[in-house]
Amino acid sequence: MNRRLFLLLPLAGAAWAQPEPRVIPVRVKKFEYNPSEITVKVGEPVVLEFTTEDVHMGFDAPELGLHADILPGKPVRVPFTPAKTGSFEFACDVFCGSGHEDMTGVIKVLA
Amino acid sequence: MQPVDRRQFLKIAGLGGVVFASGLGCSTASKMGYGAEQDEFFFVQLSDTHWGFKGAPNPDAEGTLPKAIAAVNALDPQPDFIVFTGDLTHTTDDPAERRRRMAQFKQLIGGLKTQRIRLLAGEHDASLDEGAAFKELFGPTRYSFDHKGVHFIALDNVSDPTGSIGGEQLAWLKSDLATQKPDSRIVVLTHRPLFPLYPQWDWATKDGAQAIAALMPYQNVTVFYGHIHQENHFKTGHIEHHSARSLIFPLPAPGSTPKRVPLAWDPAQPYRGLGFREVEAETNEYKLTELPVIKA
Repeated sequence: MNRRLFLLLPLAGAAWAQPEPRVIPVRVKKFEYNPSEITVKVGEPVVLEFTTEDVHMGFDAPELGLHADILPGKPVRVPFTPAKTGSFEFACDVFCGSGHEDMTGVIKVLA
Repeated sequence: MQPVDRRQFLKIAGLGGVVFASGLGCSTASKMGYGAEQDEFFFVQLSDTHWGFKGAPNPDAEGTLPKAIAAVNALDPQPDFIVFTGDLTHTTDDPAERRRRMAQFKQLIGGLKTQRIRLLAGEHDASLDEGAAFKELFGPTRYSFDHKGVHFIALDNVSDPTGSIGGEQLAWLKSDLATQKPDSRIVVLTHRPLFPLYPQWDWATKDGAQAIAALMPYQNVTVFYGHIHQENHFKTGHIEHHSARSLIFPLPAPGSTPKRVPLAWDPAQPYRGLGFREVEAETNEYKLTELPVIKA
């Protein structure tokens, strides 16, 4: 076995073993996230895929270090793998009108 | 016996303690350094009037601001000037209605005895049109001015809907600060907290840390802001940050409830949690006195 093939084989194996992240679509419009409660498991790689149905929106989950600007006509993907259990609030951080303050949600991370 | 006027009373009552209660309200003394001498004076801070709001959290939404104006007009002596730290109007998607609310607000504050008034925008005024209507009706969203030895800086952290100050304004802030001495007395007026008070509820300024870093070399800096509809007192290093009560509805303490919904109106205690503030700039401290919309 040549050296390059020897090096590539374990890498290919690791890639093959890595589970595909679960994609969680989140639709956003004035003044709500749907779903507004997202449940994931510790260690489970997920991708939050946000799509706004009207105006520029935000997604900010400071305790998880996650943030996204959600622009019309362009889904935005936020990959993450939860490291700890708990409930983590998120909110829209782009002012979008009367009702902006109601645009909140929670990510529940289970064991 | 000579009558003690109100300002003398405040000075006397303030001796020997940083916090005291009086029939006038609750006061807090905010210590400053001893670098600069100045004339004593006081100004009034009002915030978050949300003119145009309708809803159960304040069944007297149209009456609260006029009552606050009457309360300010009853002050004797009158303040040197009055500042409104944003959210003058409640937001609307309709640009014509936004201007109508601002025009009504302007007409109402025309009834203040003291017409030296400084206005700041809140996100409800400015975030949907990047401050266009506010500038038309009230003028610039950022500026600085000097009053009796204190340098005031009004910062706009709302015209950008992401709640940022922005690089261009930060550069302006730095050039404005460059005109000051390290021990100058500096007051920053703004709407959102410059520090991350509770970002989960959007109670922060995205690039506020850069503003604080620019202010940090100055020894005597105090920030007065609104946005969170309640008093809050916080320090970043030596810089004090004081938020004001609202004049429409109070909000819960940061993170104390699952949602940042207004506290319910209590018919037994109308206007509870609402009010405005006097800020007395004395030689070495600011004395804050919280006043209600109507006296109990």
